[in-house]
Amino acid sequence: MSEHEISVVVNGARRSVRVPSRLSLADLLRDKLGLTGTHLGCEHGACGACSVLVNGEVVRACLMFAVQVDGDEVTTIEGIGSEDGVLTPVQAAFRDCHGLQCGFCTPGFVVTVTALLERNPAPDDGEIRTALSGNLCRCTGYQGIIEAVRSLRSGVEHAD
Amino acid sequence: MKAAPFDYHRPETIDDAADMLGALPDARVLAGGQSLVPMLNLRLAYFDNLIDIRGIRELSMASTLSDTVRIGASVTQAEVELNSDLARSVPLVARALPFVGHFPLRNRGTVCGSIAHADPAAELPAVLVALGGTVEVTSTSGRREIPAGEFFLGTWWTALKEGELVEAVRFPIAGDRSGCAVREVARRHGDFAIAGSAVHVEVDDAGCVAHSGIAMFGVASTPVHAREVEELIRGARLGDLDIEAVGAAAVAGLDDIPDDSNASSLERRTLAAVVARRAVVDALSEATR
Ligand code: FES
Ligand code: FES
Repeated sequence: MSEHEISVVVNGARRSVRVPSRLSLADLLRDKLGLTGTHLGCEHGACGACSVLVNGEVVRACLMFAVQVDGDEVTTIEGIGSEDGVLTPVQAAFRDCHGLQCGFCTPGFVVTVTALLERNPAPDDGEIRTALSGNLCRCTGYQGIIEAVRSLRSGVEHAD
Repeated sequence: MKAAPFDYHRPETIDDAADMLGALPDARVLAGGQSLVPMLNLRLAYFDNLIDIRGIRELSMASTLSDTVRIGASVTQAEVELNSDLARSVPLVARALPFVGHFPLRNRGTVCGSIAHADPAAELPAVLVALGGTVEVTSTSGRREIPAGEFFLGTWWTALKEGELVEAVRFPIAGDRSGCAVREVARRHGDFAIAGSAVHVEVDDAGCVAHSGIAMFGVASTPVHAREVEELIRGARLGDLDIEAVGAAAVAGLDDIPDDSNASSLERRTLAAVVARRAVVDALSEATR
């Protein structure tokens, strides 16, 4: 199996790592870089728990090999949240609207919602549901999640 | 749930990619990877060599030629979906894309990749068949073009020969008085279809069908060109369409409908007739609006 020297900007910091070709981007983030906020549910693209941004676009980290992001910019949940624990508006909305229970799916949802609002700051209900249709929540708290996005659309203030 | 070991290659030109594909044993093209990587992770597929074509600039263009839209092999589904010029030129493609997986998958998944993967329940292969598009392929022994009707041979099986890679696909541009529709039934949004129909119609000044392109998906081992329906609706107007006959014609030639845990053959046949007639009505309504 081939190994590759890659250079990738993760959450703003350039990282150079040697990766075996079959290492997934998710495993690079979690196992080699210690960014365990990116969760793995299914490892075949079905659940969305592993959602991260590559060059600003939301993608599945389990469906990419680390070697494919050579030269790219990756943002994980750790890069979206702040180091001092102050919540972003999306995170605060999830908390206030009961958009999470066990929290396993939450990083994937927060990344997806953050990317959605970047592209479309005022999505209608249909657009919200479509944008989130690729993320599964096994606690099935979908109404709270959708409420959280709605509240952001209508500019409700969430205390951080 | 991890891919088996392979060697990874990232050529920068089409010629290099063709050379690698010709020379390396058990090699496969990796484009967006949204169909291939799940299969690798589930160990449903193994390859010794993966050739990543995303670094090849020539494959990253989508362009409008005189009467076709040409989409290069590394152009993502999201790029086409978000490009309003392309969406206007080939509306059936644009109409089908929201059904293809979910947006995050379309951010990586390519139009050509979905076609080359040839899942019989996928939307884009059916669109290619409905529109009578063309697949451009290349290898070390040269280039050739494969008409949509000859490209799909079975489940995950195409007319691509050993050493050939898809360079682009071409879809004919829709006329002014045209309408299109995609209808499908799936367990959840983004899943492969249990049964689906892709329809393009062009009407004359009197609102009669002058030409149509119709394909069914999820109901055989390849997308199915629904010629009987095209015959049936030629010259018809929306008002005098016999929709029961449309549904019957759409499933008349199907003799190997999949039977699995998602749906029995009979359910698929019933649903196929329904989606076909609804898609025809939608497309014709749009064309005569
Ligand atoms: S872990 Fe990647 S989609 Fe489920
Ligand atoms: S909060 Fe538990 S899986 Fe979504």
